[in-house]
Amino acid sequence: MKILVCMKQVPQKDAPLKLNEAGTWIREDVSYEVNEPDAFALEEALRQKEKHTGEVVVLTAGPARASQVLREALAKGADRAIHLEDNAFVGLDAYNTARAIAAAIKDDKFDLIFTGLQSDDYGYAQTGVILAEILGLPHATIIMQIEKTAVGIRVKRELEAGFFQFVDMPLPAVLTIQSGINKLRYATLIGIKQAKMKPLRKVTIAEVQPAMAGNLQKIEKLYVPQKSKKTQFLGGSSAEVAKKLVDKLKNELRVI
Amino acid sequence: MSSIFVIVEQREGKLNRVSWETIAAGQAIATDTGWTLEAAVVGSNVAAIAGELAQKKVAKVYDIESARLEPYTPDAFAYALKEFLQKHPAKLVLMPHTYQVRDFVPKLATALQTTAISDVIGYKYEGVKLLFTRQMFQGKFVADVSFAGEGPCFVTFQNGSFRADKAEAGEAAAPVETVNVDVPDGVVRNQPQEVFKEAKQAVDLTQAEIIVSVGRGIKEQKNIELARQLADALGGELAASRPICDNGWLPMDRQIGSSGQTVAPKLYLALGISGAIQHIVGMKGSRSIVAINKDSEAPIFEIADYAVVGNLFDIVPTLIEEVKKAKG
Repeated sequence: MKILVCMKQVPQKDAPLKLNEAGTWIREDVSYEVNEPDAFALEEALRQKEKHTGEVVVLTAGPARASQVLREALAKGADRAIHLEDNAFVGLDAYNTARAIAAAIKDDKFDLIFTGLQSDDYGYAQTGVILAEILGLPHATIIMQIEKTAVGIRVKRELEAGFFQFVDMPLPAVLTIQSGINKLRYATLIGIKQAKMKPLRKVTIAEVQPAMAGNLQKIEKLYVPQKSKKTQFLGGSSAEVAKKLVDKLKNELRVI
Repeated sequence: MSSIFVIVEQREGKLNRVSWETIAAGQAIATDTGWTLEAAVVGSNVAAIAGELAQKKVAKVYDIESARLEPYTPDAFAYALKEFLQKHPAKLVLMPHTYQVRDFVPKLATALQTTAISDVIGYKYEGVKLLFTRQMFQGKFVADVSFAGEGPCFVTFQNGSFRADKAEAGEAAAPVETVNVDVPDGVVRNQPQEVFKEAKQAVDLTQAEIIVSVGRGIKEQKNIELARQLADALGGELAASRPICDNGWLPMDRQIGSSGQTVAPKLYLALGISGAIQHIVGMKGSRSIVAINKDSEAPIFEIADYAVVGNLFDIVPTLIEEVKKAKG
């Protein structure tokens, strides 16, 4: 099984974020980490490779700092990496990101392409599905299980409210992976050492530009949400807070 | 001729009621822009739903039919709607941001070489430009997004961003047109099986009046006992955000969020929950929300009625004692 995992680097979950001067993006002087669903997608690819033999290729589109995500993936067991390296990738819409990825992998033939179901920064949940359409491949989203069958794969799709659905699909296919599909492994020291020897191909934006077009969406303004609710902050020692809270629960909310 | 299409969602012949929220959104945008609003349902033998839609204040309803549209597959839906929209150009196509819509809208938009703005919570129309508002960075910020191109621009709306009861009825039934689509052999590549619910549903959180919910801030499985004691003291149910259930620390029927239960209890007490969008969507309708979190910037505080910035491990034990005292 030859599997491509598209991964994204996003600001750390609890990183304090600040708006830039123009109010159109965040200030980039924060700590970054791998987008969590993408980490689950990588883990799933590594498990499929361990089960069926094959190759796991990881790809990211982002600034130089994003190579960290690829190196961590190689350390965990991915075989090679592709870095579409340019600051411009940060501001591309999903359609252009998918076009760039398709252009970068045009000489490869993958059985499976994984992305995380969505990113924690934009949260559009589109890139994987758009990529499937560009490549003319079948796809399924929010996947919690993948099994190889005689004619392709059987995947378990997560639906709302605790429902699920199995879907039989041919290969090759694109899947967007849901968090919690498996348990993430840690990179071993040997893995980290071996990662340095593994191929990491850089792709410039110029190479994929012909496949791209202008962005069809633009963030006109990014801002702190205006609160519609009046939140009462309760302060003091733990004892004081507990007393105040119980008072609210009893006399204002009337739940005690 | 500028128009707006609302494409409602049905499953097995039953309308997904979140679609009324999308109708309400479409009506609001139509009023502000002066554009025409039409609605469509996609499926096999869904004329009854088209009839339901026609009772609302819309200019026209389309019943897009094919035997190949049941069960749902992204290939069939994208194919049928691409054909329909090529024959019926529109400026906007609106849908609820459901798991099914997420599964095919990016494909459909790409097939039409256009764009989709996902998980929108509102819009702004300042006379000329239409902007859609959506959360970013898991709710820490919001963005006003503009769109370009020949269209149509697809927009999917977050659950609860508009009110279903605001979907206005029409003065008379709107005309309904049936559009039969031929989906050729070979288009549909996926074979979906029956939808099912996993294992048992031991607890129905939608019936609980008080819910004590834990997130990653609970740190370890053994600490959930603290939350359980608080739930017991209050006479409520224990619940959790997704990561807790993924870890197996609580069963899946305790999960609150887009993949789990959607609840609206009298009191939702969130312990160590940051307030990721996928979780908020499952509890923002709660009558009152109390949040305890050590991060003052946690997005959960935006929707909390009472907020405590502090260490839940210090506060909750004392809180349990005070609750027991108050209950006598």
